[in-house]
Amino acid sequence: MTLETLIQQLMNGISLGSLYALIAIGYTMVYGILRLINFAHSDIFMVGAYFAFFFVAVFHLPWAVSAILAVVLTAAVGMIVDRAAYRPVRNAPRISALITAVGVSFFLENLGLVTVGARPKAFQRPDVMSKVVPIGPAAVSGVSIWVPILSLALLALLLFIVHRTKVGMAMRSVSTDIETTRLMGVDVDRVISYTFAIGSALAAAGGIMWACKYPQINPLMGIYPGWKAFTAAVVGGIGNITGAMIGGFLIGLVEIMTVAVLPGLSGYRDGIIFTLLLVFLLIRPTGILGEPLKEKV
Amino acid sequence: MEARTQNGVVLTLDHVTIKFGGLVAVNDFCLDIRKGELVGLIGPNGAGKTTVFNIVTGQYAPTSGRVLFEGQDITGWRPDLVAAAGIARTFQNVRLFTGLTVLDNVLVSQHLRLKSSFLSAAFRLPSYAKEDAEARARGMDLLQRVGLADLAREQAGSLPYGQQRRLEIARALATNPRLLLLDEPAAGMNPEETTQLMKFICRIRDEFGLTVFLIEHDMRLVMGICERIRVIDYGVSIAEGTPQEIQSDPGVIAAYLGEEED
Repeated sequence: MTLETLIQQLMNGISLGSLYALIAIGYTMVYGILRLINFAHSDIFMVGAYFAFFFVAVFHLPWAVSAILAVVLTAAVGMIVDRAAYRPVRNAPRISALITAVGVSFFLENLGLVTVGARPKAFQRPDVMSKVVPIGPAAVSGVSIWVPILSLALLALLLFIVHRTKVGMAMRSVSTDIETTRLMGVDVDRVISYTFAIGSALAAAGGIMWACKYPQINPLMGIYPGWKAFTAAVVGGIGNITGAMIGGFLIGLVEIMTVAVLPGLSGYRDGIIFTLLLVFLLIRPTGILGEPLKEKV
Repeated sequence: MEARTQNGVVLTLDHVTIKFGGLVAVNDFCLDIRKGELVGLIGPNGAGKTTVFNIVTGQYAPTSGRVLFEGQDITGWRPDLVAAAGIARTFQNVRLFTGLTVLDNVLVSQHLRLKSSFLSAAFRLPSYAKEDAEARARGMDLLQRVGLADLAREQAGSLPYGQQRRLEIARALATNPRLLLLDEPAAGMNPEETTQLMKFICRIRDEFGLTVFLIEHDMRLVMGICERIRVIDYGVSIAEGTPQEIQSDPGVIAAYLGEEED
């Protein structure tokens, strides 16, 4: 492999990885607090991309405005999903919530198929994303530069919220012990609501950037990125935010680099990632940064 | 309400019963605790003591009966609202936010009292910064008063056991309670630590103007600091009185040691 392709593929892997990281955050935050795998998260990602598509293509709003509106609206959709679907089963056995999550996922996918149709739509990306930028000997597309930069900025903002604000502190305390946090006078449902909003906002940002990278969107576009981001969350240590970020970049790089080094395996790229998921579940189910499982009393 | 006029009654449990399936965990439990009192609740394992606490804090809703706090009916309130009303508790097995710092543990309860919105927090507006600084100052002041100020930046989970117990009480105090429920505060402590704890409990009661209701197995602590003791067994009250009265009550002795067969 020449240096040129190596740089291109590395940038490609990093940008893909940063998108997985953005999506993985939503899985891991909800799991950390509710011990729930939010299967609908991958469809929230799709919803974000569609919102941006409509604001740009239908309402002809400027790009930045469309993206921000889409992120805000998707955050609201995440809160509504929590309020309408998950809160009613909060005290039910955990399997009920899990099945509810699968149901919400199917609901959103089919709602998309019914309302916007199954035909993929062409996503108009902003010009900076398609411009080619030279890095050393390599020519790298704008997407591969901007996606990691924007993603890292969002991840930094997230870490700030989680570690430096009251809401973040409440999230951390809820994830340690929901019952005790309640006894501190904290309205736990509100904290959970914010958690869904933040996770969904990041998924929307991921969805929009994904559509910039692969500019065709359809209502089922979230499924594969969702599963891979879920893999990233597990590999990093589910429930651990930093772990989800590390897992995301790792999965993105592994996926791109296997294909780059062994082009013959390109048909197996999804299979390789899911094999990695199985290996981790078998050998180290708590992931890279996860703490050993301890039974809650 | 009538209870408020009854000469400073803080907590009233009025014929409280709770059933889990066929099991009656607490049966027709009545109790009045007056302002400033230090009341102990004792009984053999599984007698329903912690269940009584869980009912007071709103973690369980009683099957029947009422819970009154300062004359207000709080039966079936959500735990966060009960906490906001002025009742705090600690747990039998320490349940700190182990990953948070000592200071952050006492700041969690400040969360609701902050008026600033999420956005102003995220963007660090001056109004938020001011409130945040005030909350921190209050938290540090509290840690100072319980003797944990030096450890404010440590992770709560890394403290020695005795300090963790003390922090759990400090965290409860941070909610500004008027009624403090302590569930086996001396569990796992050696006699020396228990002696310190007894002094500590009496001191915070006076300093913070608290009413204290505690569950304890350590008879030295219960007999040493409680003014009034209630004994329950199988969810039913079997005795009440001063430490001296309880120690010589045949029903209590039978419940603890088992009845003699003839």
